Amino acid sequence: MLASDQPENERIISTQNIEIELLIEAIYQRYGYDFRSYNKAHVKRRILHRVSSLGLNSVSELQHKILHEDDFFDVILKDLSINVTEMYRDPSFYAVMRKEVFPLLKTYPYIKVWHAGCATGEEVYSFAIMLKEEGLLDRAQVYATDFNPLVLEIAKKGIYPVSRIKEYTANYQLAEGHYSFSDYYVARYDSVIFNQDLKKNIVFAEHNLVTDSVFAEVNLIICRNVLIYFNRELQNKVIRLFTESLIKGGYLGLGSKENLMFTDVYEQYTVIDAKEKIYKKKVL
Amino acid sequence: MSYHAIVIGSSAGGLHALKTIITGLDASFNIPVMIVQHMSPQSDNFMSRYLNQLSHLQIKEADEKEPIRQKHVYIAPPNFHLLIEEDKTLSLTVDEKVNYARPSIDVLFESAAYAYGKNLIGIVLTGANSDGSAGLKKIQEAGGLAIIQQPQTAEVSIMPQSAFDACPQAIVLSLEEIASFLNRLNNDTQSVAQPTST
Repeated sequence: MLASDQPENERIISTQNIEIELLIEAIYQRYGYDFRSYNKAHVKRRILHRVSSLGLNSVSELQHKILHEDDFFDVILKDLSINVTEMYRDPSFYAVMRKEVFPLLKTYPYIKVWHAGCATGEEVYSFAIMLKEEGLLDRAQVYATDFNPLVLEIAKKGIYPVSRIKEYTANYQLAEGHYSFSDYYVARYDSVIFNQDLKKNIVFAEHNLVTDSVFAEVNLIICRNVLIYFNRELQNKVIRLFTESLIKGGYLGLGSKENLMFTDVYEQYTVIDAKEKIYKKKVL
Repeated sequence: MSYHAIVIGSSAGGLHALKTIITGLDASFNIPVMIVQHMSPQSDNFMSRYLNQLSHLQIKEADEKEPIRQKHVYIAPPNFHLLIEEDKTLSLTVDEKVNYARPSIDVLFESAAYAYGKNLIGIVLTGANSDGSAGLKKIQEAGGLAIIQQPQTAEVSIMPQSAFDACPQAIVLSLEEIASFLNRLNNDTQSVAQPTST
């Protein structure tokens, strides 16, 4: 169909789609961040919201700004990265981890844990608390990685709004936490800061799942609600990266709606808990 | 006009409203349905199991990348946004809440409007906030059909009233009327899609 035959609203949508593809390509070429294999509906939503909140007339205007104003790129990077995380999201996932996975981690003298795509770090501290309660934190090396340096800064600080603490405390208890959640932080004004000893063995580092490769052999990888943003091809690529990074007999924990079933390494894993999406890389 | 998809948003009082509509659909009902019902993040998939028992349609919780199929009803999982891709598959995100809700009706409706344009029906039912109003407007702007539960007949009238304020040209119906209206549109769509050769 010729563009001129299309009704007005369909023409706007197809023009927008062209502009969005060009924008994503421009970001890749100019800044090296690759969003080309992200699910399109999500990317479109984020970009169009930014266009409208800035009062711009088109995605092309946004592209101009991104290409010519380096400082402005931080805004878009934040828009396109996955920043929403909470402590003990899906408490049952943590309870099963503690029950099914931690006892086996205890059989190693030293363990490495990788939080891939950790965003602002709430999950990293959730795990650190559990590792501590199980006596594993002192012999653990924890890598917490994200591609966005700005969210990593927040993760490193371990300071969160006090407004969420009530919810997190409830989640911690549902996750079968052993003590009082308030043992792990100090509240000051409208923030809480998590205890320094929790992050003693945590390294926060930039790592891009799309473009970077294996950096360590680890016993456990946690990557929750990141893969849902990727297309099938990229999901496969990232899962292959995880498979290469895990030791034989290592564990992988995904988000409740993520799955190894459609990936080409499915055969290399056994299912530890189908509902909580916890997998173990086979020894042979 | 042939319709390829229906999106429904409901909040407080939604289970009863959805049950009335879903059980009122004919056995031959073909048009896929995507639903956002506000619920607690800790809920299980009770609603899809419950409605599935009562209907001849396949009713299930939406999975990421699931292709949208006829005779299927997909319900957004608790604590995830549900979006529709332009290749007619489903996607899920954990993005921040929209209108204090995750899943949010606006997020589903807006993505559906892009994916289906004029071939989409959007329906706003009972609820106590204004989620869905902006999305329904988007559906209308893209040429789709907007339906609102008559606020006086809704268990909580705030959400349909807000949708009506945003989309005064929308069709306003009771729950029973919505079901029979959809059945009629489904029959029309089928006769357009498969013309009889006699």
